[in-house]
Amino acid sequence: MNPWIFVGLFFVVGLLIPVGAIGIAWLLGPKKPNPIKQSVYECGIETVGESWVQFKAQYYIFALVFLVFDVETVFLFPWAVKLGALGLFAVIEGIIFVLILVAGLVYTWRKGMLEWA
Amino acid sequence: MSFWNDPLKVAADWLLGVFTGWGMPELAANILIGFLGILILISLLMVLDIGLVWVERKVVARFQDRIGPNRLGPFGLIQPFADIIKLMIKEDITPAGADKVIYNIAPMLSMMSVLILWAVVPLAPAILGVDLNIGVLYIIAAGSIGTLSIIMAGWASNNKFALIGAFRQVAVMISFEVPMLATMLIPTILAGSMGTAAIVEKQDIWYVLLAPLGALIFLIAAIAELGRAPFDLAEGESELVSGYNIEYSGMKFGMFYAGELLHAFTFGGFWAILFFGGYRFFGLEKVSPFLAIAVILFKAFIGYWLIMWVRYTLLRIRIDHMLAFNWKFLTPLAFTLIMVTALMNALLAGAPAWLYIAGMFLSNIVVAWGALEIARFYSRRERERIEGKQVVAAGH
Repeated sequence: MNPWIFVGLFFVVGLLIPVGAIGIAWLLGPKKPNPIKQSVYECGIETVGESWVQFKAQYYIFALVFLVFDVETVFLFPWAVKLGALGLFAVIEGIIFVLILVAGLVYTWRKGMLEWA
Repeated sequence: MSFWNDPLKVAADWLLGVFTGWGMPELAANILIGFLGILILISLLMVLDIGLVWVERKVVARFQDRIGPNRLGPFGLIQPFADIIKLMIKEDITPAGADKVIYNIAPMLSMMSVLILWAVVPLAPAILGVDLNIGVLYIIAAGSIGTLSIIMAGWASNNKFALIGAFRQVAVMISFEVPMLATMLIPTILAGSMGTAAIVEKQDIWYVLLAPLGALIFLIAAIAELGRAPFDLAEGESELVSGYNIEYSGMKFGMFYAGELLHAFTFGGFWAILFFGGYRFFGLEKVSPFLAIAVILFKAFIGYWLIMWVRYTLLRIRIDHMLAFNWKFLTPLAFTLIMVTALMNALLAGAPAWLYIAGMFLSNIVVAWGALEIARFYSRRERERIEGKQVVAAGH
């Protein structure tokens, strides 16, 4: 039988348990909402302006570098699995592949894009 | 074959007989048995989770020279159950400006992302949820759902603290996922398989002996991935109060809290599976599957205890230091380690066992020493540059 059926079952049961726990708590708990209780918590101070604040663009560079390395590792996993059968030639090839991507990291670094400031 | 040798198969066969006896088609019966098995496993995990709450509180108390919970039951063992009852009867508050659907889904996803990880945890030689041939990749994919739940919680809460906490946490998680993925490649190279069960089966020598540096990097990245101290910037009590889960109360907060503890325990388990032989302990796993389960849980607990030890010993690191540590030190180091491991593995393929182990171990030590030397050189140069400026400034 297809093993992914059981992975799907794990998703279903894994969602069922927290839904059940939160559902029971929702049934048992009191429900007396008022505006003060539902206000935004900021250590007792009234919130100023929009809550959805803007965040610095620096963030995107990290996300881009992450994306490059994430995709790279997905390519490297099949390489790692078959490494024993492929021998030294595939190892050298893999090393060249990694070095090309590390060059990208070095470029980002030299451009000063890895600073959180 | 008896119950003590293979409990899962015996129970499944018996249930299959019962269900098909009722006139159920075999496929439906198999799916129902799978469902029941998963339900039992996840229920046991939730009980374990309640135990972890007690362990965490007791251990932190000992680290801080306190006693911890000791009123309810022997050693305060009933305390977490009392906490659950309290969480159950708390009022469920939704902040006024919140995005209600996403706000309510986030804690459920947080818990689910941890529970589905146990699909690929091999508990004993034949006992594991699903023997996926891409187990290692599944761990990363399932872990990313946790990241998603955090950004959902932070965004939907309509709170600045929560949003900033979520942003930070995601920055940390996507950064530290890179060295984590890289170190997960090392057991894959050594075992020649991505399946967690196969990795454990192949570990006649614990991989920590072949890749001690890889094991260390994996632990550091796992702590960051979990968002625990010293990398708990998303929660930073002194600045963000509680971070992404600030607006959550009652059972929804309980889900985040319990999910975090179980996540730490699960990653202790993955550390054991990838580097410390999983359920294997000098042939003990061949005696009985129950002993094997005890061994893997014990090893997972050791990992969990180590994560707790780090948490209560080290101070919180600033976010720029942390990202610099990851991108400028850990990531290049992890990729160097992969290249060295792959090369040494290919060169020493035909060598005797002692030479293979010694070669792998020493190459790891050399890489670690070289990385520390380079870091020391650059930090010394940086320090001299700064001190040189200060001398000039003081001279005028």
